[in-house]
Amino acid sequence: MNGREPVAVVGIGQTHHAAARRDVSLPGLVREAARRALDDAELTWADVDAVVIGKAPDFFEGVMMPELYLADALGAAGKPVLRVHTAGSVGGSTALVATSLVAARVQRTVLALAFEKQSESNAMWGLSLPVPFQQPLLAGAGGFFAPHVRAYIRRTGAPADIGVLVAHKDRRNALRNPYAHLHEHGLTLAQVRSSPMLWDPIRYSETCPSSDGACALVLTDRAGAARSPRPPAWVHGGAMRSEPTLFAGKDFVSPRAGRDCAAEVYRQAGITDPRREIDTAELYVPFSWYEPMWLENLGFAAEGEGWRLTASGATALGGELPVNPSGGVLSTNPIGASGLIRFAEAALQVRGEAGAHQVEGAAKALGHAYGGGAQFFSMWLVGSRPPTG
Amino acid sequence: MPDVLTAPLVVEFPFTRSLGPVLSAFLTGLRERVVLGIRTRDGRVLVPPAEYDPVTGEDLHALVRTAATGTVTTWAWNPAPRRGQPLATPFAWVLVRLDGADTALLHALDAPGPEAVRTGLRVRVRWAARRTGAITDIACFEPCPPGTDAPAGPAVPHDGVFPDPVTILTTPARLDYTYTPGRALGRHLAALADRRITGERCPSCHKVYVPPRGACPTCAVATGEQVEVGPRGTVTTFCVVNIKARNLTIDVPYVYAHIALDGAGLALHGRIAGIPCDQVRMGLRVEPVWTGDARHPDHYRPTGEPDAAYDTYKELL
Repeated sequence: MNGREPVAVVGIGQTHHAAARRDVSLPGLVREAARRALDDAELTWADVDAVVIGKAPDFFEGVMMPELYLADALGAAGKPVLRVHTAGSVGGSTALVATSLVAARVQRTVLALAFEKQSESNAMWGLSLPVPFQQPLLAGAGGFFAPHVRAYIRRTGAPADIGVLVAHKDRRNALRNPYAHLHEHGLTLAQVRSSPMLWDPIRYSETCPSSDGACALVLTDRAGAARSPRPPAWVHGGAMRSEPTLFAGKDFVSPRAGRDCAAEVYRQAGITDPRREIDTAELYVPFSWYEPMWLENLGFAAEGEGWRLTASGATALGGELPVNPSGGVLSTNPIGASGLIRFAEAALQVRGEAGAHQVEGAAKALGHAYGGGAQFFSMWLVGSRPPTG
Repeated sequence: MPDVLTAPLVVEFPFTRSLGPVLSAFLTGLRERVVLGIRTRDGRVLVPPAEYDPVTGEDLHALVRTAATGTVTTWAWNPAPRRGQPLATPFAWVLVRLDGADTALLHALDAPGPEAVRTGLRVRVRWAARRTGAITDIACFEPCPPGTDAPAGPAVPHDGVFPDPVTILTTPARLDYTYTPGRALGRHLAALADRRITGERCPSCHKVYVPPRGACPTCAVATGEQVEVGPRGTVTTFCVVNIKARNLTIDVPYVYAHIALDGAGLALHGRIAGIPCDQVRMGLRVEPVWTGDARHPDHYRPTGEPDAAYDTYKELL
């Protein structure tokens, strides 16, 4: 990678995500994830050279300067501390900013952390402000996304049941992940199918929950990786792309920024056939139908064919390309942290440390995040072996 | 230059905050007229208490009780108090190092004028008559009366346990903006008052933006050419909303649709009525319906024309 320092993930920490963590303050919540990441890496606060924080948009929980508010809890005194802000994709961008600090040899060991306490937020309405002269019509996040799902179904001719399959799969995967928020034991396909239609064509069980949680990663250089007590995950590629929220010609079903971002990650990582070369993917799927949509956008399936991959069972645990073995955003959604959780879960897989939701032999995994009405994308590809070249 | 349209935009939410063990003890203590700090491993006493050592990052647990008297370490006079500040009359912002503490607490000092305030002044807490477990339980500080200004002793250990502890705070946040839609959107809004829907064409890609923003986000050039679009258009995609939204008077279910007005380069969003929800479809031809003196169309209704072919709107979803 042109003289860049190879970057390794040596510590991963998450909170047990839940609907409400009333027992801890925001500093207490982020501390829990950061502490677990340090423990995983067998490092102390003093071993961290810089801290990068990501969170959801300010009015979600009313914290305007998390870099100031949370510095003590993250042991940041005397160190650079940065805040990253890219809406729902922020967790991924946070990991990539931290990665770039190590890759550029600016810092040797960096703590990346993202969080959200939805129980103390106004995520639903913090983005639907009463702007003067505009007609209030918004119907919440689901109302924003549901027309795009309908457009996908029309464009591809997908059977109506695909979203139900995804929701059922991800909720079942979550049963294997002790950190997941939703543990819906005994959930059946019929129950998902008969759950209330909130924003037709999106059913209640096809939507993500509101969660409290935080996630942290310790990223380090080659020397740091050599000291790691557990196998590191190596960053083979990482990229961010953005595009306007609305413009003439925008493709909400398969946004160009997403395609371009994936292409750049694959170029860096030397991936030419993502479906064959990537063993598992953690994709940001807040509404079930986004799984087939992203499978196409990210090049795992040809245009119009993503739903076939889902329907074939290939994306289930044990399938050819398990997608969201952790249970994904459909099972855990502390918005500001959700992207970083995708990146962390991808890293857990290639380290062989994913426990009951481990994809056997996973050597390359994709972590994906998006946000801001398909405005921001961030992705990384991690591997069990150091990048070559 | 036409009149510039402006209006106030107030953003306000009652955020909540779980306190965690340390701040819960601190704020509950204030309710009981007890000031708690926390001792670091090197012996410093922090007031207000921190959950984590700001220097070393270590967890902190050793709560201590300090006096309600202290010394002003620095100050600034506030001649014109604003809404929400601790006192309605002019006062001093002060940093007070309470006796037994090593750090200073920010609060208000009730004093007749700046000449009565100095660094080194001995002060004491004036407790609020009604206390709820908040920093405002300290109404303010006031100068110690002569003869009562001897420093109190060091902080003493405290278990931080009180009956009925405060565990969560509501912290309202409010931002007052002046919103200005700008010239392009202003022209669009003015035309709407005449029940005309206008956009602006990009001189480079020739797409018509409705509503206009004054520039094309793809070509990054200014748009100036005014174009009237519609009023008829095509439903390109939609959803049926079955859950009621806050602050909206619309009854559910209703159809929230993307509508490409004839001549527009992208779809705008609107509600479809005058047809049962389950009969709305992609390609449905619609027209705006204005009611009363509202600026925007209340909704769009079917025109009765044949549906548009998918190929005519598939780029406008």
